[in-house]
Amino acid sequence: MEFLRKLFGGGGSAEDARERLRLVLIHDRSDISPQLLESLRVDMIAVLKKYMEIDETKIQMDLGREKHSVAFVANIPVLRIKRGATAEDVLSPGPAARPAHPRHK
Amino acid sequence: MSARAIVVTAGKGGVGKTTTTANLAVALAQRGNKVVAVDADIGLRNLDLVMGLESRVVYNFIDVIEKRCKLGQALVHDKRMRDHLYLMPTAQTRTKDAVTPEQMRELCDQMREQFDFILLDCPAGIEGGFKNAAAGADEALVVTTPEIPAVRDADRIIGMLDSMGKSPTQLIINRYRPAMVQGGEMLSPDDILDLLAVKLIGIVPEDDSVIKASNRGEPLTFKRDSPAGEAYSNIAARILGEDVPMLSMDVRSGRGFIDALKAFLGFGA
Repeated sequence: MEFLRKLFGGGGSAEDARERLRLVLIHDRSDISPQLLESLRVDMIAVLKKYMEIDETKIQMDLGREKHSVAFVANIPVLRIKRGATAEDVLSPGPAARPAHPRHK
Repeated sequence: MSARAIVVTAGKGGVGKTTTTANLAVALAQRGNKVVAVDADIGLRNLDLVMGLESRVVYNFIDVIEKRCKLGQALVHDKRMRDHLYLMPTAQTRTKDAVTPEQMRELCDQMREQFDFILLDCPAGIEGGFKNAAAGADEALVVTTPEIPAVRDADRIIGMLDSMGKSPTQLIINRYRPAMVQGGEMLSPDDILDLLAVKLIGIVPEDDSVIKASNRGEPLTFKRDSPAGEAYSNIAARILGEDVPMLSMDVRSGRGFIDALKAFLGFGA
């Protein structure tokens, strides 16, 4: 079987090359600068805060390479889910247009 | 006359930029164009060797920029292509920061009046040398081999050329080995084009003649009796807008299924 697979162009090292290159190019092209990552962090916290209390000091985030994909991984400890959040809060304009802290906790 | 200025680049070293520049310069000259090949790799002069003109270098383009000689004095005429092919040598004893991109642009503009094509042989890397070589160019040719480090670096260079507004940027796949591709042990042109956002302008097969030609200082396109020489001539034709089909490598190199099978079984290719 191995023999036949190689004969028809599958399973050779070219396949490894293709897959490794695909992943490395996604990573290279994403080229997220520390500034951009920081800006993403600030925006993300603002959005999450509408729904939950989080521990901002323990947030970890990175672009990670998994076996078959590149993933944006954020590890954000949740302290408490907000029960009081209303649809009005959630549907109102984005975080930039709002004060940094929600009105009620 | 207003030349098309094309930078020949790669990112990675050793993939064949200088060989490509020399061969395309000869092939474009053979088709009746007036061509200057510029060695833009300051401090590592080698285009003169590949073209076989090393004994005739007197001045270099830094002498022109610093006004120690006139443009015409620095140009080395290749008599094998009477009045059609010239080399603009680089300085061997200077460093990349001897010139600025602005000065390189001015130098190219000075040459545009006299030539149909300016080919700039770019140094490896993405630093000053690359930026200098690319500064004066309108278009770009990116050379890669079917190996992952070369393709990765090509991707980086293509991104930089795009952001510099070079257009078109076209790809040359060098050192292609059809038997290995058929055996599933080498990236195929389709694989590479799937990954890189760029148009293909030619495929050059691995060919021992390339080394023999550089030993002698006679670019292959002078004779056109080798697979690589023919591939370079075809690329020159495509640069001139001719519609030349890509070589079907497995047929041209006399390799097919049986050879792929032999390669796979370890009998050599």
